Amino acid sequence: MHRIEVGSNILQANEEIALENQEVFRRHGIFVVNVMSAPGAGKTSVLEETIKRLKTRYRIGVIEGDLHTTIDSDRISALGVPAFQITTGAVCHLDARMIHNSFHGFKLEGLDLLFIENVGNLVCPAEFYLGEALRVMVFSTVEGADKPKKYPVMFHEAEAVLLNKVDLVPYSGVALEELINNVRDVNPDASIFPTSCRTGEGIDLWTDWLTNRIEISRPQTRVVAI
Amino acid sequence: MTQSIIELVEAEARKHGSDRVNTIKLRIGQFTGVVKEALEFSFDVIKHGTMAESAELQIEIVPLRKRCEPCDKVFGSNGDLDFFCPDCNRPAEIVSGRELQIEYIDLA
Repeated sequence: MHRIEVGSNILQANEEIALENQEVFRRHGIFVVNVMSAPGAGKTSVLEETIKRLKTRYRIGVIEGDLHTTIDSDRISALGVPAFQITTGAVCHLDARMIHNSFHGFKLEGLDLLFIENVGNLVCPAEFYLGEALRVMVFSTVEGADKPKKYPVMFHEAEAVLLNKVDLVPYSGVALEELINNVRDVNPDASIFPTSCRTGEGIDLWTDWLTNRIEISRPQTRVVAI
Repeated sequence: MTQSIIELVEAEARKHGSDRVNTIKLRIGQFTGVVKEALEFSFDVIKHGTMAESAELQIEIVPLRKRCEPCDKVFGSNGDLDFFCPDCNRPAEIVSGRELQIEYIDLA
């Protein structure tokens, strides 16, 4: 019997494909956002509101991940934005290979901004890098102020956290301040946006932040003649 | 994830001219989405018919540790989870606890 030191990352195969995806996105000049949340937090509604505000500025596409149905991609298509549905069957997260495979059926040419709406799940998606430039988490305030502490990894991995359905706070008994503090505890650097897709509260602040985030990371391709 | 472990282990065994794995030693960070018992369960389900069929799965949980750069201090998490330095209250960086690693395998 002999021992082999391996030292490999278990998700190495996923990481390698994710880096290929990242390169594909870079070549096409597409800024990619991985949107994660538990089921029903409002990812698709947030995307609908975001697309309405940004579609004159960017050519947007959406890849939707769900276990079943094309309900979400149909909602996005209704806004006149190309959408591609990945149905994972029983898999509780998107992985880099699923995104890679979607390139055969989904045209990236001409896009500036691609949202990948992950499968609704508060745990697994955070472990699978897809090749994105930005990770955003949508959390429904009514899920409770304690959740950032109970499910810290996704909160920690997101650069921006949207505390959605904030219009329901008065009815749910959730202390918004406590929730914000709990997000900060597990992710001191997060940009936090209380939002409501019903009232529109906070959506402009979020899309302004996102626009700024896209612009600062975009390579300066335009040459200004002096 | 368990499927990836078996694929990596089989590739490694093949590379070293073996077709049977006796031990798989994993290092799993405390601050990951992985639950030890769930990993053990799924391993038992999918190991059949693979080179790891009779392998013992050893899982070491690597504790979450954070570092405050200005204070040059490393600290663990005692119960309540937060990412602020206990001394200066500035945000701290993770130094361990995010591992998803196959440390070694023993081949027959």
